[in-house]
Formats: sequence, structure tokens, C-alpha cells
Amino acid sequence: MNLHTLKLKIDGIDVECTEGSTILTAAKAIGINIPTLCYLDGLTPYGGCRLCIVEVSGTSKLFPACATPVASGMEVTTQSPKLYEYRKMVLETLLAERTHICAVCVANDHCELQALANQHGIDHVSYERNWSTNKIDSTHDSLVIDPNRCILCTRCIRVCDELEGVHTLDLKFRGKNADVIMDQDEPWVKACSCTSCRKCAKVCPVGAIYVEGENIETTKIPDVAAFIVERRKRLK
Amino acid sequence: MNPNQKIRVATVWLSGCSGCHMSFLDQDERLIDLAKKITLVYSPFADVKEFPKDVAITLIEGAVANEEQKELLKTIRSRTAILVSLGDCAVTGNVVALRNGLPHTDQAVLERAYKDPAVLNAQIPDQVPKLLTHARPLHEIIKVDHYIPGCPPNADLINYILTELLAGRTPTMEGHSKYG
Repeated sequence: MNLHTLKLKIDGIDVECTEGSTILTAAKAIGINIPTLCYLDGLTPYGGCRLCIVEVSGTSKLFPACATPVASGMEVTTQSPKLYEYRKMVLETLLAERTHICAVCVANDHCELQALANQHGIDHVSYERNWSTNKIDSTHDSLVIDPNRCILCTRCIRVCDELEGVHTLDLKFRGKNADVIMDQDEPWVKACSCTSCRKCAKVCPVGAIYVEGENIETTKIPDVAAFIVERRKRLK
Repeated sequence: MNPNQKIRVATVWLSGCSGCHMSFLDQDERLIDLAKKITLVYSPFADVKEFPKDVAITLIEGAVANEEQKELLKTIRSRTAILVSLGDCAVTGNVVALRNGLPHTDQAVLERAYKDPAVLNAQIPDQVPKLLTHARPLHEIIKVDHYIPGCPPNADLINYILTELLAGRTPTMEGHSKYG
């Protein structure tokens, strides 16, 4: 394969990377950390949460770093007061959208949303909160899904489809009515394509999918996606 | 202000578990220094019936869950210079707001509390303040100046915010925040 090398600037630093890389991977290569939530190493970028937005010179539009390919001569800014405010807004709207009550959540202190809220100095949610009443599905032997804690990052759906290869999980409806479903929107126990591999629980950034009775620290291994991808490369 | 004059401080307990006030007490020996600077004019720790006027700083624990608390909160706001939400129930609604997702939430909790467990003569009391349909964080009802999140909030964080406010400075939550 003959890939061109592109030159660009990220936060004033010259970067060289191969064509097809994303802004996020190019930034990571030079040690610049852009906050992410729906993005997960090893899975196809989704660009849904908009936390990794960056500024690109020459346009006022903001781009999701995880899903934007680099271009030659691009000048990218990853940290600015404007971006910080937008990221705070993203986090606050996520916290307001459903019933996120840390004190009664299995993922309290092990939650990526909570950690990001802390990093961004969020001490309260300024929007009126929407108290969601979606049904919890605990029909599966060990896995539980509480849609009220779900942020619709689709990591579970992608890991189920791309790595486990069964595509049990998917999304129904749109906007605030969207929800993660199993097979043909059935109770989890009836979703016969599910292999109970638990990867969905391992990559869930919040407490929406968890293993009943298991310590959340034991369950959560989001790096599992990148690990599997790396292993499969070696098998080829 | 006269430096020898003590600063008038109040703490209030709305719908919460009192854990935030426990955390306040967890400031331990720092309370002695605090006592030299402040007068506690209203608090669960002090037996005062009516919320006094001209309070400099008020820390409020708990969500707003009934009509009485809503009225009290408005009175407090009109008589306080700096109002602080203390702990997750005041900041987010927290456990108190868990009922918000239920249909007819106020009636549902009353029935669960007074009717379901009763063996004999089950009745819902009507002499107590009326529940609001939704338990609310303070800032959805009145203006809040500062937030101390946490369930319960850390004693060091409470001490930091109080120290800054008493010194006339504006505390910043950057690096201190512990959401949820």
C-alpha cells in the first residue's frame, strides 16, 4: 500500500501523518489529549457525542476529531475557551437528558461521563433535567441494561457488531426517543443472537449496561476492543 | 465590615438525609477556627424557629420536595447574601428526585409510604405540607450562588468553599469538583 504522508499543525505543533488518519489519532501521536466519550480505540468512529470537537482554521465550523480525516496544511486547535464551553454544554445536556443520579449508580466513581464532568469543573446542571422512565431490562442471566443511564454513545452496538459479529444490539427511534434494543426489540433473554460475551458491558462508559452482582471495576475493560483488534491482526 | 464582627451564617436542612450536615461536622478541629469567625444564626444545630434577616452565607442541604420548603427557600433567598447548594440533593435532586420518573409521583410516594406498609387503618396524613409533583434542585426555584456537589460532599471541599467565602473571595470549582 502506498500511503502519502501529510503535513499539518495541531496546536501549533508540526505533525506528519499518513493519509486517512483522523485528527484524533494524529493528535494522540504527539501526546495531545482530546476528550472523547463515544469514541473507543478498536471501533469505527461514530462522531455522536461531539465532545472531541476541534477548531480548524479557515472555517467557523467545528469538527469531531474522531471522525475527521486529516488534510494537508490543516491548522487544528484542540483547546480554547470556546471549545471548553461547548464541551461543558455537551456534558451538561447529556447529564440533563436522562436520569443520571450518581449516588445510586453502579458506575459511580468509575464512570467516564462523571470523570469528564469533573475535568470540566461541572458542579451542577444548568438545564432543567428530564426524568426518564424507560424500563430496565434484567431478563438476561447476568447482563442488565438501564436505558435511563444510557448516553446513546453506541459503543455497545458497535462492539457487538464489529467485534463479536452478532449484531444483537441496535438502536431504535431517533433523538430523545432513541434506545438500545436487542434483536427485534425483544427482552434480552429472548434475543437468541446474543452470545453473552459481555463486551457491551466492558465498553459501556457509564452504568447503563452492567453485569449483575459483579464489581464494576472487574467488568469495565474498555481497552478490550483495541486488544481484540490487535490480536486479530496477528492471527492474519 | 468591622473585622471583629462575626459573620452571620446559616445552614438549612430540606429533603436530604442529613449526611451533608454530618460532612459539615467532619471539618473536625477546623470548626473551632470557624466558630471564631461566624455566628450560626439558623441551623439544625441551633434551635431557631424563624429564618433570620441579614444572613451573609446560607448553606442548604437537600432537594425541594414540598410546598413549605419552596416557601422557606424563597424567604431564605430574600434574606441571604450568598446562597450555597450543599450536596447532591440540593445540586441535582439526587435520591429525593428518584420519584420524579414515576407517574403521579407525589401520590405514588405517599401511598408507598403510608398505605402499602400499613396493616390497620391505612391513611395518608393531610396535616403536613403538600408534596410537589417533582422534587427539584434549589437552582430550579431560586438563584444559587455556589454549588458544593458530592453525596455527601467532602468535608475538605466544604471547608475550602467556606474559607474562601468568609475571606470575601470567590471560590472556583476547577480541580475541586466531584460531580455526583
